[in-house]
Amino acid sequence: MPVIEIKNLSFVYEREPVLENIDLTVEEKDFLAIIGPNGGGKSTLLKLILGINPLKKGSITVLGKAPKESLTKIGYVPQNTNVNTDFPIKVIEVVMMGHVDGKRPLFGYGKDEVLCAMGALKQVGMADFAQTKIGSLSGGQRQRVMIARALCAHPQILILDEPTSSIDMTGQRDIYELLKTLNAHMTIIVVSHDISVILEYANKATHVNKTLSYHDISDKKSTFHTHGNDGHFCEIELLQMLGAENCHTCEEAQPQWRLKP
Amino acid sequence: MIEALQFDFMQHALLAGILVSFAAGIIGSLIVVNRMVFLAGGIAHTSYGGIGLAVFFGLPIFLGASLFAVGASLLIAALTLKKRHRMDTFIGLIWAVGMAIGVIFVDLTPGYNVDLMSYLFGSILAVSTQDLYFMAGLLVVILAVVTLKYRDILAVSYDSEYAGLRGVNVPFYYTLILVLSALTVVIAIKVVGLILVIAMLTIPVYIAEKLSNSLFTMMFLSGAIATLFTLVGLWFSYTYDLTSGASIIMVSAISLGVFLLISQKK
Repeated sequence: MPVIEIKNLSFVYEREPVLENIDLTVEEKDFLAIIGPNGGGKSTLLKLILGINPLKKGSITVLGKAPKESLTKIGYVPQNTNVNTDFPIKVIEVVMMGHVDGKRPLFGYGKDEVLCAMGALKQVGMADFAQTKIGSLSGGQRQRVMIARALCAHPQILILDEPTSSIDMTGQRDIYELLKTLNAHMTIIVVSHDISVILEYANKATHVNKTLSYHDISDKKSTFHTHGNDGHFCEIELLQMLGAENCHTCEEAQPQWRLKP
Repeated sequence: MIEALQFDFMQHALLAGILVSFAAGIIGSLIVVNRMVFLAGGIAHTSYGGIGLAVFFGLPIFLGASLFAVGASLLIAALTLKKRHRMDTFIGLIWAVGMAIGVIFVDLTPGYNVDLMSYLFGSILAVSTQDLYFMAGLLVVILAVVTLKYRDILAVSYDSEYAGLRGVNVPFYYTLILVLSALTVVIAIKVVGLILVIAMLTIPVYIAEKLSNSLFTMMFLSGAIATLFTLVGLWFSYTYDLTSGASIIMVSAISLGVFLLISQKK
């Protein structure tokens, strides 16, 4: 059974079509990269999968059910975790927000909840920071905390929206290495601009710009050159490959993609 | 000032100052972290409409102001939940209309010359026993809500979208925070007046935020700091015969300045 199955999905926002006739199947333990230009509908697609945006046309099933019914099985790491950094809150408290509604003590947090949150923090290598105020962490550290929060509910699917947009190159690699480890146990979906880095880790890629084109890239990685000492792919080659696969949307979008110096 | 404590009105003033400061500290923290300061300002001024109506119909002022402020907060909650991007316009509108209603109903009240100044700048030396009961009751309700529902309030305040995904009823808590703000504003009007109420809800909170690493600490620290400012302000007001609300706010503002200077030097 596929983990996520989207059929003939269209979404209109204020009479403007954002997504048209999307078909997408995500299998278990996939590492799917969703790429595409800003405003191309990537976040909208995520919000449909999460049931935040109402489904109007087409169908989405997550683990065989409607998105809203599978929410507890999805871990979500939202975009822009740099907002609200003045908020007086400790790392451990942020992580515990990830717990799904269940039995709760009258005051504060249950012992099992604390243990579970600490386990999630250990998984992302942030256990030492449990009592730190979230605002004093770096962007990369904060992103790890948000991943820990998503892991708290023991998800089968982990969805990340631009997880590395405000993190330096080394921090980005660390995050993706972490996702690679997590991928052994769960399906991972990442929306990103940094196509060269993400495609190194992903086994599938979809390009979303109103319509969707899909590439299985797991066997193509060896054909890429790597360059620079951080060893990421040559972006031009990548675009050529995607373009060669009869993907007109990529070519249209090409000028908007950020090229690395 | 010690000899003044034998007077009932002074005891009432001190008690009211402490009760209102704690309510303002806790609710002010929620208002600040949820970026609702402008909303609270709107509710404060709108509640003057309730004061006008209460005067006209001969109802208790607290009752009229509370009902009107809660109504305004429900209206603001409904509007801002639906159309977030236009909320500043709506709040400005409700703000002005509320005050206009208040002024007109006071005008229409025959033979009654209400002391507008006491509502604009507070009249802490005229707190009645009923007022104290009302203040204490509200503080108990606030304490119960923030301790029993701490997790949900924290989740909604920190990241409302995520809280929604985890099954927290976000619109409910958003509305609850606004309603509690409305009631806190009404009791704070008695102490500092509706013009100055925003300062009381934000200055202690701003200082507490810098010193806290959890929302819980921030709320109670804000309450303690607000109490200190109120008592010192009250002392100045009594000793130099100044308007109490303005004295409290000036003490707060000067303390904030000193706090910022010290924290910058570090």
